[in-house]
Amino acid sequence: MSTNSDALQALIAGRFPDTRGRFGPFGGRYVPETLIPALERLAEGVRTHLHDTEFRQALGSELATWVGRPTALTYAGRLSAEWGAHIWLKREDLAHTGAHKINNALGQALLAQRLGARRIVAETGAGQHGVATAAACARLGLPCTVYMGAIDMERQSPNVGRMRLLGAQVVPVTSGDLTLRAAIDEALREWVSDPLGTYYLLGSAVGPHPYPYLVRELQAIIGREARAQFQEAAARLPDAVIACVGGGSNAIGMFHAFVPDRGVEIIGIEAGGRGAMLGGNAATLSFGRPGVLHGSYSMLLQDADGQIQETHSVSAGLDYPGVGPEHALLAQSGRVRYETAGDEESLAAVRALCELEGILPALESAHALAGARRWARAHAGGTVVVCLSGRGDKDMPTFQQTLLAERP
Amino acid sequence: MSAHERISAAIRAANARGDPALVAYLTAGFPGRERFQTDLRRIAGAADVVEIGVPFTDPMADGVTIQRSSRAALEQGVSLRWILTELDAIRPRLATPLLLMSYLNPLLAFGIDSLASAAERAGVTGFIVPDLPFDEGDAVHSALTARGLALVQMVTPVTSEERLARICARGQGFLYAVTVTGTTGRNTGMPTDVTGYLDTVRRHATVPVCAGFGIRGREQLTQLRGHVDGVVIGSALVELLEQGGDPAEWLRSLRSAPRP
Repeated sequence: MSTNSDALQALIAGRFPDTRGRFGPFGGRYVPETLIPALERLAEGVRTHLHDTEFRQALGSELATWVGRPTALTYAGRLSAEWGAHIWLKREDLAHTGAHKINNALGQALLAQRLGARRIVAETGAGQHGVATAAACARLGLPCTVYMGAIDMERQSPNVGRMRLLGAQVVPVTSGDLTLRAAIDEALREWVSDPLGTYYLLGSAVGPHPYPYLVRELQAIIGREARAQFQEAAARLPDAVIACVGGGSNAIGMFHAFVPDRGVEIIGIEAGGRGAMLGGNAATLSFGRPGVLHGSYSMLLQDADGQIQETHSVSAGLDYPGVGPEHALLAQSGRVRYETAGDEESLAAVRALCELEGILPALESAHALAGARRWARAHAGGTVVVCLSGRGDKDMPTFQQTLLAERP
Repeated sequence: MSAHERISAAIRAANARGDPALVAYLTAGFPGRERFQTDLRRIAGAADVVEIGVPFTDPMADGVTIQRSSRAALEQGVSLRWILTELDAIRPRLATPLLLMSYLNPLLAFGIDSLASAAERAGVTGFIVPDLPFDEGDAVHSALTARGLALVQMVTPVTSEERLARICARGQGFLYAVTVTGTTGRNTGMPTDVTGYLDTVRRHATVPVCAGFGIRGREQLTQLRGHVDGVVIGSALVELLEQGGDPAEWLRSLRSAPRP
């Protein structure tokens, strides 16, 4: 227990990731030797540019005038009355391209430009990171290739068209499990082929060091804004903050500013899918064990032989068997509680937000809402800020087969 | 002679016959689980070192051929535990040194400490772990070294000379020199400056240097002759097995002098 609290202290003091790219025991750099020089160059680029005044100004200006930041903090009055606690929504769905993914894609594209990259490759699950990357690359004039699992291309088809209109080449991935995980495998293979001319724009807080750190730093604006906006509105801090967790980028962005606020309860919601059985969910921190996938040591859904499990979630963006190493540490230290929300309760939350607040949330974000509903029942009259990480237009094919099929 | 010294000795013996050593790769249990021991014996009879692939669901350093063979092996239930049991059953032990090539996660799931002793019992001489770079390898390296097993290090054309020197200092068995940036099995030919790169690697190496990734036959062997101590042949051999060819006969055809 004292070790866990030491690790949390170190995290709050900014000592993680350490020089070896570790958050306590988690993280590191488990990649083929071919990628080591590229990762070292990226780490050096992050050190040089990320907190440099010129870079901060360029990023800040694009975030304000092109992305539309700060995004609103909305009080959900009718939803609060229905669920019994005060629900506030951090509106990342209002950011350009419709999700928080743009914060990271834009920041990394600006960094890639400064590192002299000739082209960008990216993976995408729900397509939101792919769309954000395609848009940022168009804005900066960088060629862009996006790898996407064949199953995801089908269930998120509107986003495939958007990426193509934005000038990206979308490559269907037909190997592995045909979803996000196979898309990352394929993007990594492409990067191995041209490690110095290609910039790999990773979309979540996963992967080898320095990606988990870089993505957190670029997404931390979510929590910084939300914390200041809530204090402005209520002159205090909320009782709880909640975000959905797949790889964990919107969640780490939302949580980071609140981790030192010990009075604020922090809850991450993973995809519970159809239930606790193997392969029935994508709830890595709830059901996984430590291991190495996609370059870092973290929690993983795997079998007894160390083979990675197929996952299930109605939400393509959460359908991933791993999770960012910083979340693994936050879970181990007990600072963040990770729970699950299933397919059905998440779909019910989509309906509630549409009918009561006039907002169509992404299926990923609906998991956070389902978690908030549960929290509200246990904390009547309390106050919770939910990260509404994206808008749901991209999920129309799934809604047609579920919510709209039930009620023609 | 310790296990890792047996690897170097087998490579040097091929060199003494005037040929680069042949390090042959096969995915365990591919194309058929029931054929594994037979295929292994035949390949071991023709190669100088055999690299046995432990299948993994997410082989990020491998091209389409080894992705396909790994998936087929997994579908037949091949696991590290099964492979070690099969190897342990081979009597008498094969004279050709056997290495296991595995991604890190199946090794972690097995448990690194029990792995070293189980591998030693099964007659394995070392490991190649493509997603375990030099800097992250301390724990695995000490567990294997305690049993005399090799952790084969990999270097690439983009590895800096300073890093190359540090990696070479830890080389055991042989040094795996990746000849192209890319995944295994790409049919793109060798880069033109490959011999200069291999000469640099050899200057730093204290163990034999074997070139791998994209080596498909005689043409590359001729190009690399005199610049390497051995070559790793992977995807080309897997494809041959897929097409029902005789891997041993093909390996023998690559040599100028027969292996005794």
